[in-house]
Amino acid sequence: MNGPTNGALLSVRHLTRTWDGIHGCRDVSFDLYPGEVLCVVGESGSGKSTLLQAVSMQAAPQSGSIYYDLREQGMVDLATLSSARLRLLARTDWGFVRQHARDGLRMQVSAGANIAERLMAVGERHYGELRQAAGDWLHKMEIDRGRLDDAPEAFSGGMQQRLQIARNLVTHPRLVFMDEPTASLDVSVQARLLDLLRGLVSDLGLAAIIVTHDLAVARLLAHRTLVMQGGRVVESGLTDQILDDPQHPYTQLLVSSILQA
Amino acid sequence: MTTAANATVARDPHYNFGYLDESTKRMLRRALLKAVAIPGYQVPFGSREMPLPYGWGTGGIQVTAALIGHDDVLKVIDQGSDDTTNAINIRRFFARVAGVQTTERTAQATIVQTRHRIPETPLSAGQIMVFQVPIPEPLRWLEPSERETRTMHALAEYGAMHVKLYEDIARHGHIATTYDYPVIVNGRYMMRPSPIPKFDNPKLDRSPALMLFGAGREKRVYAVPPYTRVKSLDFEDHPFTVEKWDGCCAQCGATDSYLDEIITDDAGGCMFVCSDTEYCATRQATKEKA
Repeated sequence: MNGPTNGALLSVRHLTRTWDGIHGCRDVSFDLYPGEVLCVVGESGSGKSTLLQAVSMQAAPQSGSIYYDLREQGMVDLATLSSARLRLLARTDWGFVRQHARDGLRMQVSAGANIAERLMAVGERHYGELRQAAGDWLHKMEIDRGRLDDAPEAFSGGMQQRLQIARNLVTHPRLVFMDEPTASLDVSVQARLLDLLRGLVSDLGLAAIIVTHDLAVARLLAHRTLVMQGGRVVESGLTDQILDDPQHPYTQLLVSSILQA
Repeated sequence: MTTAANATVARDPHYNFGYLDESTKRMLRRALLKAVAIPGYQVPFGSREMPLPYGWGTGGIQVTAALIGHDDVLKVIDQGSDDTTNAINIRRFFARVAGVQTTERTAQATIVQTRHRIPETPLSAGQIMVFQVPIPEPLRWLEPSERETRTMHALAEYGAMHVKLYEDIARHGHIATTYDYPVIVNGRYMMRPSPIPKFDNPKLDRSPALMLFGAGREKRVYAVPPYTRVKSLDFEDHPFTVEKWDGCCAQCGATDSYLDEIITDDAGGCMFVCSDTEYCATRQATKEKA
């Protein structure tokens, strides 16, 4: 069965994944186009993270389908891929940025090894070139090249988060999943990271799904926004439209609570 | 030397031949056959309680017990030496429970049980090396989950293993892993060659002898069949190299063997001698004759 042929990178149709029959996400559908940033907002427990895990096949969906535009095959249903193929896809064409950098980094090895790991995983075997690539990415992340051999432990929280992003982008993925990428950082560091992310997304033409409870992140980064409540998408549309003219009562509540703050 | 000590040990008829019961030996042989059929693949087996502690060679001793026959000649080495406590005791153990002939001569042995070294004397077809393995899983440091490491083996996802080598070069300027150096067997499975120095890795490659590995605590056996390709991991611009020494063995003058540093006094004096005692002694004997 072929997926929709509308030029989307990722098409999610009627996706349901619950943990206990109650909590999770239900009947979610959306399209993500190349280079597009989609924010998923909602309160804690609204199923945002579950949606992210289900879409990235880390938690198997219970019903519905996910189509992804593979470089060599075009749109395929991810459920039809072998686990080997999915793992390769996740390592090369996708990126995962976690809320706590230490969950996404190898803390016992240097920053350079962290960045170069994915390249080694896809078969790069030249130390000099690996090191060069790692240095370039560190530089792109506004971290001094001289810190290439430092352990991530020696980095500040914001730098660790940038390192985690570099580690994911080194294989030039087309889609990045981010789960609260700025939540564990303080406000000024958040601003800097968001600025960097915005630049990267437009320079590299990355598509991204960003889960956040922070409407400011959505405002700054996202082209489109999904608002979730109780496991369902209650409103979706262009970010500016949603934030400036919310239709659903819950979205109105969310937006008004930000404005009052 | 210890030949006198061995001679005093007689076969103890109270034990089954080779200590283990016959069904256990059969189970082990099945596991070993599977291991030989899939070079480098770790085959689980039901490890038994042995009369020595874990970490002293329970895996190796069980593999030897499953293999040994009346006509076998057993050599046991520990750190290359035939006369350390561990080597002497395992040799005496098999003399007692199997009544087999034991030897220190590598060329005479049909089974060589070892910890840490492969003898310098080249092995020949028909000989079996049995390695005592502490941790069989090469990916363990990278990934603590057994389920995940098995998946990685199944899918041959070994790229991340190079992270370790990268880290070595970044920190030390060269690959500083000196023992238990990871290898790819027959172009497929990644294997930990037990704690042998990387000096011995080339001896694994296309060896005419059968190499068997037993991990007692972790309950795994694996194998490198004769004449199988064994490739040590490396980078294109940092190729695999073995240890080199400036001098030669202080006793036999060998320049091609693995040397141990021996501290001779409290004033900083030391000398380098062959780690393989049998090889060293044979060279000294032939020198004296000449």
